Amino acid sequence: MLTRPDYGQLIKPDRVHGSLYTDPEIFAEELERIWYRTWVFVGHESEVAQPGDYVRTSIGLQDVIMTRGADGQVHLLLNRCAHRGNLVCEAGRGNSRSFRCPYHGWTYRNTGELIGVPFNQGYGGKAAIERALSLARVPRIGLHRGFVFASMAADGPDLAEHLGEAAGELDRLARLSPDGQVELTAGWLRHRTRANWKLLAENETDGYHPQFVHGSIFSVTGSPIGSLYSDKSTAVTRNLGNGHSENDLRPEFRKIGEPMRWFGTTAERVPAYVARMRAVHGLAAEQILVEGAPHVMIFPNLFVAEIQVFVIQPLSVGECIQHSTAVQLSGAPELNRRMVSQSVGSVGPAGMLLADDTEMYERNQRGVAMRQPEWLDLRRGLARERTDERGLTIGTATDETAMRGFWAHYRSLMEAL
Amino acid sequence: MTRSDELARIEQFLYREARYADEHDYDAWEALWTDDALYSVPAGGDLSGDQGAQMSVIYDNRNRISTRLAQLRTGKRHSQTPPSGLRRLISNVEILGREGDDTLVGANFLLAESRERGTEIWAGRVSYRLRLSDGDIRLAAKTVLLVNRDRPLPTLAFLI
Repeated sequence: MLTRPDYGQLIKPDRVHGSLYTDPEIFAEELERIWYRTWVFVGHESEVAQPGDYVRTSIGLQDVIMTRGADGQVHLLLNRCAHRGNLVCEAGRGNSRSFRCPYHGWTYRNTGELIGVPFNQGYGGKAAIERALSLARVPRIGLHRGFVFASMAADGPDLAEHLGEAAGELDRLARLSPDGQVELTAGWLRHRTRANWKLLAENETDGYHPQFVHGSIFSVTGSPIGSLYSDKSTAVTRNLGNGHSENDLRPEFRKIGEPMRWFGTTAERVPAYVARMRAVHGLAAEQILVEGAPHVMIFPNLFVAEIQVFVIQPLSVGECIQHSTAVQLSGAPELNRRMVSQSVGSVGPAGMLLADDTEMYERNQRGVAMRQPEWLDLRRGLARERTDERGLTIGTATDETAMRGFWAHYRSLMEAL
Repeated sequence: MTRSDELARIEQFLYREARYADEHDYDAWEALWTDDALYSVPAGGDLSGDQGAQMSVIYDNRNRISTRLAQLRTGKRHSQTPPSGLRRLISNVEILGREGDDTLVGANFLLAESRERGTEIWAGRVSYRLRLSDGDIRLAAKTVLLVNRDRPLPTLAFLI
């Protein structure tokens, strides 16, 4: 039997080994032990709002079609014809009750059943072959607030167990909609990134980098975001468990105490939205409007940064794609266009924030290939971590508490039998 | 002015705009724009929707063009530190129509971008909205339709 990497030797509480980002064998193990086993974000049900709607998405390296069946349910199918393995769906999105493989004309219902095989006498008739084969279905689908997650493993923890404390952050996002519903309908930017996927996952809730990586845009726009991630900030970095983490900025926004400040605006500028929120939530509205949206990384591939949603798609040990879109809140037309505009300025290949993060990822990938000093240091704030009233580990706004949580969960998945 | 004189003059303007962008001459490039400017790089294959309600690679009004250039001028825009090596060709220039005082022009472009990451080839269709102002041509809108806009794109932090 081949020996597997000893993850206990590569992942320590205060450091991780550089080979975790560069070794193709480790990437191959991640596909099996993380991407094809745990719960992975695949899309949002608002992307397939009507029966027949479909979008192409992915789980690890698997090309997946997310469909809305005539039954109203969301289905996830592997994009591979049961005959000779050709792709059955070429378009990125559309509406169709069926998929017809262009190679030999085999046709499948958008729920996976084989419903047509040309010249079927070659198979002893229609019924025999249609009973025998179908598109492969992703074994488990779970939804939370319309966010669709999938697991390629038939058994294991259910979605609620996997999300754990992170579920409340998606609830907090949805609560910002007067209707309680998030929609991801503004389309996705896709940013090709020559870096290992974990460099992105770790950076999402790293509160240490913003002042340095994003100093150029903060200085030009006079943005107050930089000070939220400083030594003086009262924001906290929280390990939510199961590899999830957040930068909890609420202490800073509570201190300011102004509704809509989290969105860089005031209640007066978005009066219809604020009025609807007050009508729906009554006295609780003030707290919701002051505290704003979450900044949460959900292991392994979903990141909500207040008004943006990012998805990490791994391609190889040294390459991935970042997908990004603007959050849209049902019942909040006053906010939605502004959220698109702000997001377009910030994210994607030309984004005034994300292009610089991506430059760091790509340089970092070249850096970790150096042989010395072998390790990446994760000790920042280790000596000053605390346990909060929920029993979760927290650090200051700039501490590496989130990364340590990521790696502890990563190690548990990679070592699992 | 004959039509061929006008086309020659427009071509000279487009070449100049391309040269300023290639050479990172941010001040000269910024001065070409009108106050109602729109600098746009749409994403995805479907361009039928309201672009302001959809994600774009770039969708800058005049104010955001200023912000983008101010960020570049800090010298700390890491994705342009050092600036990309750039040269582009503009060709197939056609005058396609008029709208009020504006002249609508189309062209194709091919651009080589050199960074430490490697050399990227960018190509596509550009639509320009040009306006004559005090005897000078000004740029009211520029829309760049990349041939690969419906695929994952690498970082695009230079002026395209």
